Amino acid sequence: MKLVTAIIKPFKLDDVREGLSEIGVQGITVTEVKGFGRQKGHTELYRGAEYVVDFLPKVKIEAAVAADMVDRVIEAISKAANTGKIGDGKIFVSSLEQTVRIRTGETGPDAL
Amino acid sequence: MDAITELSYALDTFYFLMTGVLVMWMAAGFSMLEAGLVRAKNTAEILTKNISLFAVACIMYMLMGYGIMYPADAVSAWWPGFGGILGATDNTVEEVLASGGETYYSGLSDFFFQVVFVATAMSIVSGAVAERMKLWAFLFFAVVMTGFIYPMQGYWKWGGGALDALGFLDFAGSGVVHLCGATAAFAGVLLLGARKGKYRPDGSISPIPGANMPLATLGTFILWMGWFGFNGGSELIISNVAEANAVALVFVNTNMAAAGGVIAAMITARLLFGKTDLTMALNGALAGLVAITAEPLTPTPVLATMIGAVGGVLVVFAIISLDKMKLDDPVGAISVHGVVGMWGLLAVTLSNEDSTLVAQLTGLGVIFAWTFVASLVTWFVIKMVIGIRVTEEEEYAGVDLSECGLEAYPEFVGSQGSGK
Repeated sequence: MKLVTAIIKPFKLDDVREGLSEIGVQGITVTEVKGFGRQKGHTELYRGAEYVVDFLPKVKIEAAVAADMVDRVIEAISKAANTGKIGDGKIFVSSLEQTVRIRTGETGPDAL
Repeated sequence: MDAITELSYALDTFYFLMTGVLVMWMAAGFSMLEAGLVRAKNTAEILTKNISLFAVACIMYMLMGYGIMYPADAVSAWWPGFGGILGATDNTVEEVLASGGETYYSGLSDFFFQVVFVATAMSIVSGAVAERMKLWAFLFFAVVMTGFIYPMQGYWKWGGGALDALGFLDFAGSGVVHLCGATAAFAGVLLLGARKGKYRPDGSISPIPGANMPLATLGTFILWMGWFGFNGGSELIISNVAEANAVALVFVNTNMAAAGGVIAAMITARLLFGKTDLTMALNGALAGLVAITAEPLTPTPVLATMIGAVGGVLVVFAIISLDKMKLDDPVGAISVHGVVGMWGLLAVTLSNEDSTLVAQLTGLGVIFAWTFVASLVTWFVIKMVIGIRVTEEEEYAGVDLSECGLEAYPEFVGSQGSGK
């Protein structure tokens, strides 16, 4: 089992969700987050004076998937979230030791 | 004939009271404008200030302000004496009929109309000192301002004192209300200092954006609406064709000046910043209104639009300049009401043949000098006795918590987290 964590641009969330549904991902967790990468922040203007917003709003998606699905998940997210411009985000993959479905007590891949 | 006299008395009194109600509603406008232009953590306190300053103004004006501003027997053209507390007596039918039209509205309706103006002047102060002043220091100042400082200069003009005798003209109060309020705010800001974080160590400006633009816009529209009472009511009478026409012209000119102010401020902001800053458009509307307040009756609607537009341009430059001078005014009150108030007083000479530049400049100078010195002394005494500024830690947490013990939006995630 693998945990795929992706940081994407907020307006790409719907596309990514659809892309993941199409390849059979059963569920995802979405969090609104802020941060910076190579894009850094951006400047805004208030009453004539500029100020820098250091952290940009992004969306974090987490999907727990079977190990053999990881490549397709990465491909689906990459395809859906890509705009070709700076700030498209990143995908992190980590191994997942255990999964439990709380309602039934199922564990491991059955619980995904 | 007597019946007509009584009816017109009733009509003018009714008009006076209802325009007073419109001006009273401006307190809501200031509340929303200020709540929108401060940060969320200071919202409840600014609202507390706005409702309490209104109450303080009403009580102080009843106790002593009205007696000072409209004395029955003034001591001299500069010193009205203490006229005493407002009573419940009013004109009798016999007095009204015998006056032959001289007495055409209720005496208490006059108090009501005047008291909402005092509250307006005091409201101007609250925005400029927002986010860092102690609530009770502000209210102590409100007591002195509404009970003494404002009524004194009000007497000099509207009470028939020295400025009035000089030929100084100020129809609805670009000077008496707006410049006075802004000058008191200016003195307060000088002693209070800027909000923490407004200026970087290198001296450059670090903007502190307001929390809620919809509220600021609503507040501006409420003020715009209330201004029809402010200027329209200041004609004081509506019960014949000539006066009804005059009132209509005042309404039209007031509205046009606001429109001119919005467009001029938007264009100025767009040219200067490359973006159309909403807060400047809002300040532009108010600037147009302040600019026309000294003389909304004699300009044509086109001239009124131009007078408002000049106010709209001025206010943008004034806000930028004050910011650079490190005079931190979160809502732009000193620029809108002070700088443009001065312009309004001078603009009287554009259309009113009875006005003179010398009289206008004298009135402007006297109102500014009196209000500035009296306010500075008052603020200074308050600063020495109880202090006027919250601690740095309280300012960081927000004055909602330190002064009021509650948050404006406790169920949203604020600077303190959700709190639940």
